Amino acid sequence: MNARVRFLALSSLVMLAALIVASTYWQAWAAPDLANKNDNAIRQISEFTIDRGRILAADGTVLARNHVVHTNNRTYYYRRYPLGALTAAAVGYATQNRSRTGLERSASDYLTGADQSLAGALKQIGDRLLGSTIHGSDIRLSLNLSAQRAAMNALGANCGAAVAIEPATGKVLVLASKPSYNPNDVENHYGRVLGIKSPSCKSASALIDRATQGLYPPGSAFKTVTAAAALDSGKYTPDSSFYDPGYCIDYRQRVNNFTNHDQQGPESFGNLPLSKAFEFSVNSVFCNIGNALGIHKLMDYARRFGFGDKPPIDLPSSSLQASGLYSHGRLLSPSEDGFGDPGRVAFGQGNLLVTPLQMAMVAATVANNGVLMRPHLVDEVIRRNGKVDKLAPQSLGRVIKPETAAELTQMMEAVVSGGTGTAAQIPGVRVAGKTGTAENGPGRPNTTWFIAFAPADAPRVAVAVVLENQTGTGGTTAAPIAREIMQAILASTANSNP
Amino acid sequence: MSARTRELLILILVGLITATGFASVYIARQNEISPESLSYAGFFFVLYLIAHVVARFTVPDADSYLLPMAALLTAIGLTEIYRLGPTDALRQGLWVVIGVAAFAGTLITLRHDFRRLESYKYLFGLSALGLLFLPALPKIGHSVNGARLWVRIGSLQFQPGELGKIAMIVFLAAYLHSKQEVLAQGRPKDFGPLLAIWGCAMLVLVATHDLGSALLFFGIFLAILYLATARLLYVGVGLVLFLAGSAGVYETTAHVRDRVTIWLHPWTTQAIPCPGHTALMPRQECASYQLVKSLYSIAAGGFSGTGLGKGTFTLPSGGNLIPDLNTDFIFSALAQELGLVGIAAILLVFMLFTVRGFRIALVAGDGFSKLVCAGLTFGFALQTFIIIGGIVRLIPLTGITLPFISYGGSSVVANFILLAALMLISQRANEAA
Repeated sequence: MNARVRFLALSSLVMLAALIVASTYWQAWAAPDLANKNDNAIRQISEFTIDRGRILAADGTVLARNHVVHTNNRTYYYRRYPLGALTAAAVGYATQNRSRTGLERSASDYLTGADQSLAGALKQIGDRLLGSTIHGSDIRLSLNLSAQRAAMNALGANCGAAVAIEPATGKVLVLASKPSYNPNDVENHYGRVLGIKSPSCKSASALIDRATQGLYPPGSAFKTVTAAAALDSGKYTPDSSFYDPGYCIDYRQRVNNFTNHDQQGPESFGNLPLSKAFEFSVNSVFCNIGNALGIHKLMDYARRFGFGDKPPIDLPSSSLQASGLYSHGRLLSPSEDGFGDPGRVAFGQGNLLVTPLQMAMVAATVANNGVLMRPHLVDEVIRRNGKVDKLAPQSLGRVIKPETAAELTQMMEAVVSGGTGTAAQIPGVRVAGKTGTAENGPGRPNTTWFIAFAPADAPRVAVAVVLENQTGTGGTTAAPIAREIMQAILASTANSNP
Repeated sequence: MSARTRELLILILVGLITATGFASVYIARQNEISPESLSYAGFFFVLYLIAHVVARFTVPDADSYLLPMAALLTAIGLTEIYRLGPTDALRQGLWVVIGVAAFAGTLITLRHDFRRLESYKYLFGLSALGLLFLPALPKIGHSVNGARLWVRIGSLQFQPGELGKIAMIVFLAAYLHSKQEVLAQGRPKDFGPLLAIWGCAMLVLVATHDLGSALLFFGIFLAILYLATARLLYVGVGLVLFLAGSAGVYETTAHVRDRVTIWLHPWTTQAIPCPGHTALMPRQECASYQLVKSLYSIAAGGFSGTGLGKGTFTLPSGGNLIPDLNTDFIFSALAQELGLVGIAAILLVFMLFTVRGFRIALVAGDGFSKLVCAGLTFGFALQTFIIIGGIVRLIPLTGITLPFISYGGSSVVANFILLAALMLISQRANEAA
């Protein structure tokens, strides 16, 4: 019988060992996945016992603070957002029932103090063991509140977004998305947030941050990238001459200029230099440049500006989108067949979709002599002991030569001084910009754009504005909004040394 | 060193671990509980010292690891129950006292020769049936979570099935031992009484929706049958019957279908009618609510756990995140606070207990002892597997208790009697050697 007893013993041990294996699965492999489930209250509750740090605007105004509640012998720190919808796109929310978004999610390590040095981490482990409350650090953002307010007011009842960046550092000064929502409503009045409607777009989707997640056809605003590629490749100069018959031949088909509402002046310009074609947004010229450069050269430059990947901004990856060539909602990679039609992509149509953040990065790169800086919102981390860690600006490398940037700046200045973007003029300040008016099909309203930076000779701000469902052009609708944002920033930084 | 002295030394170690456990709960939850928690450790130690003294007189040569391991497991259970609700811990403490008394009583009563029990086999078989049938009786029986397995007399409530399990094992061992030779020939009439009593037990269990116990009884039956007859064929036929029976029960019983659906698809937002709610509710917030929340609790423990007393089991509003946390789901509470390290350690203690049990069966001199001992040990391991396996989603979840750890009087008492039985058999085997 002993052989059978041994067999039974072995079977029992195998069963019990299987329990250890299964526990390992749940506690090691599946744990991160489960922790992020929406209906998992445990992690959220335990995080609400941490005294999270505050989120401050650049001027120290509190954007997120704690609301302390003592119940059942525990202290919970709930979040309150004093400015409500104004900064929702950047700050996001932290709730028990709906998890977290925005900086509340991506900067959580700072806010909970989990990012600290070894000594800090040891103290935190000590606090944990002793059951004392863990205190997080405050973070100060680069957001310029007066400009943010100007942007939200100027966007008004439109559906759209605006992003402003300090070109030399990559500091994000404005991150605005409309329609917006009040993050204080998310915990207990979520229906109110979901019910937000807008007269300007069918699906208001207020929770979507259009500045970083909204994918739009860039239209002529993309000509900035095409021109950068053309000039930087050495094949063209601003004076390179073109003949515009009023159309270009793309894949043996006529693509007419007159479908381009962004264009100003006659339907056919005849002979004209590249700089004029940029100033008046002439499609046929860019169509020919695109075909001459080829889709890969063109998109290679776009990639250097940051296209093809989610921008490396300090927001959660889930609220970012990569700009580039799309097919049925999927980002295409350059090795794929039918990657894109260079003629149409060159003037911002075809299957090209971009985010306002990406377009602001394009403007900021030109403004910063051709060097792209990593866009970021968190400027400094203020520890509980008063120590302040300033986060250094980070360069993402040179995108175009300084000479190319200088030539492009001149061309963009002409757009504002006498071309399609005159509505962006600021008295006494040299402004460089580019309009965009993207078609969404015959008879359907346009997506309008304006990207710009100022002052053109010593840029302190680069901006991108997008508006959905417009009957006007980028020059008449988006350019005035960009102007107001730039003015607000220039006014508030007038005393500081650029 | 004698077996009992070794036992005493290990018990002192267990006492230290217990004191550390209560101390850490006290430190973590100072504003909720009093320093009296530390007296639990002392009380506990004295209790096991008494058990040890009784063992020293009645079973001096018995295995020296079983009692300390049982002590460790009850201490872990009591610490966690205390952490979850100090009033429950007081009751559980009283049940441990009764359990130790039952342990001592069993040792003293049967110290001369437990094998005389073999001749009362039908008495055991019938009392097993009676115990299982008690909850089905009107007035005293009542159901919890759709399974009718409790008996309530006055304020006292217990699950008689736990004791029924031990009685059934003794019956099966005794019957199969006495009929070992004839059964191996496979004549149907010899199986009559066996199948009658066992079949009735299964019927009662299925009828009362006690699926966990039904699975446990089935496994124990097959194991003892295999041990006694050496016929793998019987096990095979048994498994086929089991599968056929399960399929039948699955088709006819909504309760069983629910359990299987919950097991296979705990996370779905499929809307189902939900008791207590007028509107349809997503399944993961209704039927599989308990399993899903318990898995969150286990996952929250991670590798090292939150530490005793630091886990999250209640909402800020005071409501419980997981129902039945201190009984069927105590494993998920322990998993969150002790982490994978702690859980693996606890499961290793269960494995070690199982190994010691089977080792006694190996050295036991007579067939009846071997069958009882191996049957009880296998039952112990299988019960652990059924409840924890259900919680970690290896098998469908059925509510039975985790031996020695779960809150619940009948479970504690039954497991102490099981412990006494193993030690009696061990004493006899070691004495002869």
